Amino acid sequence: MSKTTTGAPADATPDEQDLGAAGSQLSTAPKEELPNLPSLGVIGWARWFWRQLTSMRVALLLLLLLSLGAIPGSLIPQSGTDETKVADFRSANPTLGDVYDKLGLFHVYSSVWFSAIYILLFISLIGCIVPRTWQFVGQLRGRPPGAPRRMTRLPAYTTWRTEAEPEQVREAALALLKKRRFRAHLAGDAVAAEKGYLREVGNLAFHIALIVLLTAFAWGQLFKMEGNKLVVEGDGFSNTITQYDDFKSGNLFSQDSLDPFSFVLDDFTGTYEPSGPSKGTPRVYRATVDYSVGAYGKDRKTTIEPNGPLDIGDSKVYLTAHGYAPVITVRDGKGNVVYSQAVPLLPLDSNVTSSGAIKVMDGYRNAKGVKEQLGFQAFFLPTYGGANSAVVSQFPALNNPVLNLEAYHGDLGVDAGIPQSVYQLDKTHLKEFKNSKGTQLRENLKPGETMQLPNGAGSVTYEGTKEWANFQITRQPGSGWALGGSVTAIFGLAGSLFIQRRRVWVRAVKGDDGVTVVEMAGLGRSESAKVPEELGDLAGILYDQAPGAPGDTGAEPDGVSDSDAASAEGAEN
Amino acid sequence: MTLAAATNENLANLSNTLIYSAMAVYTLAFFAYIAEWTFGGRSKIARTAAALTSEKAAKAPAVTVKKGGSTAVLERPKVVVRAAAGARDVPDGPGAHGGDAQGDLYGRIAVSLTVLAFLIQLGGVIARAASVERAPWGNMYEFNITFSTVAVGVYLTLLALKKNVRWLGLFLITTVLLDLGIAVTVLYTASDQLVPALHSYWLYIHVSTAILCGAVFYVGAVSTILYLFKDSYENKLQSGGRPGQFATSFLERLPASSTLDKFSYRVNAAVFPLWTFTIIAGAIWAGDAWGRYWGWDPKETWAFITWVAYACYLHARATAGWKGRKAAYLALIAFGCWLFNYYGVNIFVSGKHSYAGV
Ligand code: HEM
Repeated sequence: MSKTTTGAPADATPDEQDLGAAGSQLSTAPKEELPNLPSLGVIGWARWFWRQLTSMRVALLLLLLLSLGAIPGSLIPQSGTDETKVADFRSANPTLGDVYDKLGLFHVYSSVWFSAIYILLFISLIGCIVPRTWQFVGQLRGRPPGAPRRMTRLPAYTTWRTEAEPEQVREAALALLKKRRFRAHLAGDAVAAEKGYLREVGNLAFHIALIVLLTAFAWGQLFKMEGNKLVVEGDGFSNTITQYDDFKSGNLFSQDSLDPFSFVLDDFTGTYEPSGPSKGTPRVYRATVDYSVGAYGKDRKTTIEPNGPLDIGDSKVYLTAHGYAPVITVRDGKGNVVYSQAVPLLPLDSNVTSSGAIKVMDGYRNAKGVKEQLGFQAFFLPTYGGANSAVVSQFPALNNPVLNLEAYHGDLGVDAGIPQSVYQLDKTHLKEFKNSKGTQLRENLKPGETMQLPNGAGSVTYEGTKEWANFQITRQPGSGWALGGSVTAIFGLAGSLFIQRRRVWVRAVKGDDGVTVVEMAGLGRSESAKVPEELGDLAGILYDQAPGAPGDTGAEPDGVSDSDAASAEGAEN
Repeated sequence: MTLAAATNENLANLSNTLIYSAMAVYTLAFFAYIAEWTFGGRSKIARTAAALTSEKAAKAPAVTVKKGGSTAVLERPKVVVRAAAGARDVPDGPGAHGGDAQGDLYGRIAVSLTVLAFLIQLGGVIARAASVERAPWGNMYEFNITFSTVAVGVYLTLLALKKNVRWLGLFLITTVLLDLGIAVTVLYTASDQLVPALHSYWLYIHVSTAILCGAVFYVGAVSTILYLFKDSYENKLQSGGRPGQFATSFLERLPASSTLDKFSYRVNAAVFPLWTFTIIAGAIWAGDAWGRYWGWDPKETWAFITWVAYACYLHARATAGWKGRKAAYLALIAFGCWLFNYYGVNIFVSGKHSYAGV
């Protein structure tokens, strides 16, 4: 039915001219204009460009481009999600990596070209919505167009002759249509009515909601923050930038918007499938925390699970990882405790084989009384499989924990001012402790066991194991708007797809023989079985109020036969 | 504890037995559909050619009559329905049985067998769910068996609503058999609990609507493909060509191309809002699980691409005047995106969604 929406072009057939006015403005879809050469001058060009941008053809093209443009980002590693994969890819394919770099293919969704597509789409969308909204308001103010001259040309048509007066019929029709919630009015010898404006409302609401959604998303990107903090059982965290292990934020984020809160990790629980093919698969992760909001807030207890973040103000606290932290006590040769701490280790595999480093920075003096630093390379298996199994953990829970320590002394290199990973030892200025055989001192410890350092250098004790949890704290403003936008989008979309906008006309005039002829016709925005059905319904009711003249069987225009009637019903589906 | 484990084991085995039985019954249904098509081929019908080549149809567009009102009183006025100007007016084919009584009988047998297989398969899915004490979509095996159950359910629902869709049967059952075959051989995973990140009621909402959308999109895609065949058949006839005998026999029995086109548009348009909702539900779940509601994870990206592709299709039809074949190609591309998201992303691309096991 596209022809009915474009008005009556000059070369229209009589058929279309008949429908022209009646079918006009049944939708707010913009007219497609043939691209004609722009008149000279900047303004001419600008207008031409604007028309092109807001045309449906270009909107469609931009939509297609947007989906095509999203593809590479799903196939090529993205620096936003996985930095290490990007590095791997670069080292494996250096030349291709450079090309990708130039094209922004490692960060597609923030690349110039991807942004260009959606910003153009965005502008096109606005350029489309604004005129359509005005047009729609105009349609609401105006009245449905009058009946076309030859109503037989409309997609659904019926007629009969009645003894009732034409005015009577028109009044009855007007009342009936109004009762059926059509917008109806009398125009000349016919009643014109229209229904289904909600379709347009829904369509506009949907497109506006898309803008709200996109704006909220962009807003969220600009003002968001995201940080990580590893907390050992018994330790706490308070929400200031300095406490974070790492911290990322959007360009417009300011520190003042950090929500004031703090919490202490009471306990972490992890349970795992004990047997079967997926032995070791995690079942429950639960962090129990005491938290308080504001500087002097009351302490409250709650649990955080992978799908159940803690909401505080605009911030959300997620549980993202966990591991083990052996409690280590280091004594010097005289038996003084110089170090006593739970040391978080990083998991290496799904059975939580972990590694890390213990750094005793100050307070230690060696057997000769000279200040020195101690370093231990730690390797930890929560479930040790025994002497003749591979040196990896057999199960993620603490079933048979074993801590393997390698001992060094000397200079840890932490005072040089260069930031250092807490999980790795810089061995450049460290010397190995030797065991009695003269090789590297290295021992497996069970909880409670102690490793003696040679020549009265002291001892290390593995006291027990705590667990740690990693929390991700995020703040993403605008998510409420994004949600509101998406819900509106769904309802708008449903309205725009399921509501049918249609017009009905009822004409009643005295025929040459003095008998009133009633004509009814219906026109929908698109071809639909519902329009004739509804027309039949309305005609039935009106017919009862203005019954057929005697001997009238209902006109059958244009050589309609009853066999067609049967086939039409058979095909109805 | 061990007792519970044993019951679960039994339920899991029961589920497997039911799935295999359903496959057996689907196979029987498949042969019954084949029989329907074969016997239907005996009848010689050439209505399309008649409609397209007769003088009257070429000149005057459709004028058919329908009795007005639901309480059809005979004297009431009749509504005349006129097809849009320029639209081809071709009657719908009679269906696979082609009006042949024996074909029709086989068709009915096929539908009955499909219902039976559907019930058995549904039992299998429920037993699987009971054995793991959660919704049956924790991995691709479960996703597959649920998906084909829902697809058949959609088909049977349309049949129950008296829609003229029996012609879909053969194509649907063929792919259901393929889907189940892949599920039990390549994708099989012993029944198992969910990893913690999958514990969320949003999972139930998101995945169940995703499966339903996929099933409906699938039905739309099948009719789009058939539309393309039928349309070129009608084009050929209209331009005086003579299609081959097999094509004639086969395509004559399908609904008219305009009917197929309308059917696939309706089906796709009807689920598009639900697909939109599915993506939003996924975003909400991602917000709870991973701390961001949208992160361009491959699965998310492809859901978005699929969504945009279907939006293109709807736009093309609604406003850009790309009706017919061009729009149909867009619809197929969109369904291709959906398929890739369903299989391709799990198999070829790794992302946060892949931890549920292939
Ligand atoms: C951001 C991307 C967009 C999406 C996802 C989108 C989606 C949709 C959908 C699903 C429909 C309903 C189709 C139907 O009625 O069958 C629609 C209709 C429409 N859209 Fe868009 N759209 C987008 C951008 C645009 C743009 C940029 C324009 C203008 C240039 C536009 C103008 C229209 C018009 C005029 C209609 C039809 C109105 C009618 O049927 O009366 N859309 N859109």
